[in-house]
Amino acid sequence: MHNSSPEVLVIGGGNAALCAAITAAEKGASVTLLEAAPKPYRGGNSRHTRNFRCMHHGPLGPLTGSYSEDEYLEDLLKVTGGKTDEFLARLAIRTSEECLPWMEAHGVRFQPSLSGTLSLSRTNAFFLGGGKGLVNAYYRTAEALGVDVYYETSVTHLELDDARIVRVDATQQDHLFSLTPKAVVVAAGGFQADTDWLARAWGSAAKNFLIRGTPYNRGVVLADLLEQGVEQVGDPTQCHAVAIDGRAPKFDGGIVTRLDCVPFSIVVNKHADRFYDEGEDVWPKRYAIWGRLVADQPDQVGYVIIDAKSLELFMPSVFPPLKADTLEGLATQLGLPPDRLRNTVNAFNAACGDTSAFHPTELDGVATSGLTPPKSNWARPITEPPFYGYTLRTGVTFTYLGLKVDERAQCSVGNAPVANLWAAGETMAGSILGQGYLAGFGMTIGTVFGRIAGKEAADHAN
Amino acid sequence: MQTDLLEEARRQAQICNACRYCEGYCAVFPAMHAERAFSDGDLTQLANLCHNCRGCYYACQYTAPHEFNLNLPKALAELRQDSWKAHSWPAGFATLFDRAGLAITAGLVVSFAILFWLAQVLRPEAGAGFYAYMSHGLMVAIFAPAFLLPLAALGMSLRSFWRTIGGEPVRLEQVWAALRSAGRMKNLEGGHGDGCNFEDEDRFTQARRHFHQATLWGFLLCFASTSSGTVLHYGFGQEAPYGFFSLPKLLGVPGGVLLCAGTLGLAWLKTKADRELGAPSAWGGEMAFVLLLFSVSATGLFLYAASGTSLVSVLLPIHLGTVLTFFLLTPYTKMAHGFFRLTSLVRDAQTRRMALQTQVSTATRAQTWRN
Repeated sequence: MHNSSPEVLVIGGGNAALCAAITAAEKGASVTLLEAAPKPYRGGNSRHTRNFRCMHHGPLGPLTGSYSEDEYLEDLLKVTGGKTDEFLARLAIRTSEECLPWMEAHGVRFQPSLSGTLSLSRTNAFFLGGGKGLVNAYYRTAEALGVDVYYETSVTHLELDDARIVRVDATQQDHLFSLTPKAVVVAAGGFQADTDWLARAWGSAAKNFLIRGTPYNRGVVLADLLEQGVEQVGDPTQCHAVAIDGRAPKFDGGIVTRLDCVPFSIVVNKHADRFYDEGEDVWPKRYAIWGRLVADQPDQVGYVIIDAKSLELFMPSVFPPLKADTLEGLATQLGLPPDRLRNTVNAFNAACGDTSAFHPTELDGVATSGLTPPKSNWARPITEPPFYGYTLRTGVTFTYLGLKVDERAQCSVGNAPVANLWAAGETMAGSILGQGYLAGFGMTIGTVFGRIAGKEAADHAN
Repeated sequence: MQTDLLEEARRQAQICNACRYCEGYCAVFPAMHAERAFSDGDLTQLANLCHNCRGCYYACQYTAPHEFNLNLPKALAELRQDSWKAHSWPAGFATLFDRAGLAITAGLVVSFAILFWLAQVLRPEAGAGFYAYMSHGLMVAIFAPAFLLPLAALGMSLRSFWRTIGGEPVRLEQVWAALRSAGRMKNLEGGHGDGCNFEDEDRFTQARRHFHQATLWGFLLCFASTSSGTVLHYGFGQEAPYGFFSLPKLLGVPGGVLLCAGTLGLAWLKTKADRELGAPSAWGGEMAFVLLLFSVSATGLFLYAASGTSLVSVLLPIHLGTVLTFFLLTPYTKMAHGFFRLTSLVRDAQTRRMALQTQVSTATRAQTWRN
């Protein structure tokens, strides 16, 4: 290790970590950044992200119109059901406006507004090339500022003594070493890649969950700090999960494993029984609950059944659907009892009514009658071969349990702040997001609190 | 075309189509996202639309060691190379693509030998400048067919290529759109205008775009120089040698300098870039072609500098030998890429026009659905 006593040590290598490292280095601090992943996988879950939700008073960069603090907060409260620390949330929202030009000045490039997505081009700025493009740009910037970056370097322990981090232990390819930084920023994500930890919160069902992002967010640093009494926040039994293609890899499947076909389908469990209203609301408002719904089914698996007329109504997914000319044939391919699937589909078809008002992108009120559970929109009989099927599994995005921070991103133990410890990004997002998720808000939290943590850490070190 | 290359490109395009993060980099992605399934023709079109800027590779979450193992620049480069072979005319010459380095070397040796021999045997009695070494009539007798026959062969290739990619009757504004895109090298701008990734992993620079532009515009100036000489010769009875303040020289000297600088730059960048993000087997042939183009311009400039000295007797056949090789191999070397690419850009202008006509495409609808 080049410098075993850097002024600022950043633990983690994603968006929040990089924002902290860049900010601290620009304030003149010597900065070391430890990324657990090898270089091709650097960037944690940030490499899977796509956009940044940003408040603005008028057109700003790629963003059109304006998006006020109150409207932003309202959008957030809608998804968190009020489980939000309003003070910190407002801080994140307000600061997001100055972040966008800062991001551009540090190498991030945004896509020009996409045609036909007016509602999104107002609230969310999309990274050109996605989150990995952002991560690449920040590493370039950080290295140009002299930040020492170490890959495949995992922190195993932070020694807390008298409300102060006095030593940090880490390993690099089986080589153990210790660092004595003046200030520490933890931006190492959640613990969702540790399925044993998930299983402790969720029961053995969690073993069947897929992890949508990085396998390196194992929560080692988080667990180490919580064990030493650092204040925690967020429900340990909660994670953000969506329903994804059951054939996705265990880790790092990312965006392409999303399936958007549920509203046009019926979804059954392994006994070929329906279990929830597939047409309850538009998919962006419902996809997050399906992770949980599937998790509650036997073997944590669901099966989507559609027919030929619906195939082109949704984004193509990475794996082609299974296809058969008969429902029984499809059932066999999916491993479902053919007779029961036939009965379920027959019952559903019989409950469908007039479908002339069908409209794929609006709540069309084309509903079943007398069926339990009902399908409230887009209910068209499944009759037109070939029939298509997908398996659905629970894909975990992130966990809510994290480190509690104040408005300076500082951690605390008991009622006292830890003198030289700050946290940013997913590892403290539970301080703001109690449940639910608002698209692009994770990157807002990471950027805002990463910069705050970097500034505070550098000020402390100087 | 090779089915394994098509299958690999199709596999990768389907993954890209479910992601769409790279939408803003270049023309490939909007064209790709307009489809749900990819025919061989669609893939051939995408392959020739790709300028190998590599932005999508370095931004990709799914490159190796990820099990999806995406390397779209490579998949498209290999398919592109294969598409040129598959459409080359006469078909038997397709293997020249695989041996472009060897073909260029052999072409040079043979061309030198023939031209030296001709300059010795058929040395004119009279004539000024380089016509003292080789008569105008002889040069025309060699170079007119050496220029026109390969162009005709290329024309045949492009005709079948146009059919493969589903081309429709061309409108003038589509050609204009393609020429503008090529002239600016818009697809090497990276969408944000910072340039492309090439010589230093994920760093965006203008180096490749600028060197390519120097090469392109340098070549066009040299071509204009030769053309203006032909016009002066036949139209105005003014024969070479021309003074510095003549049209052929005012176009040719800056053109030669630009072409030299551009090709040297491209060759240098090529040594820095990761070969695994292109078609690795084509690397040698591409390098040989860039150096051939450099030799054309460098020997041309030397020849001009040496005018009036006895060096002309040596430099003339060398220069003409490089030009002859360049002309003859045009349909079967990297030079062909310019013609195929331009054709693809015309096709792209056609499909974009159609996409605009059907406003609510699947792509835009899907975009509003995922966030």
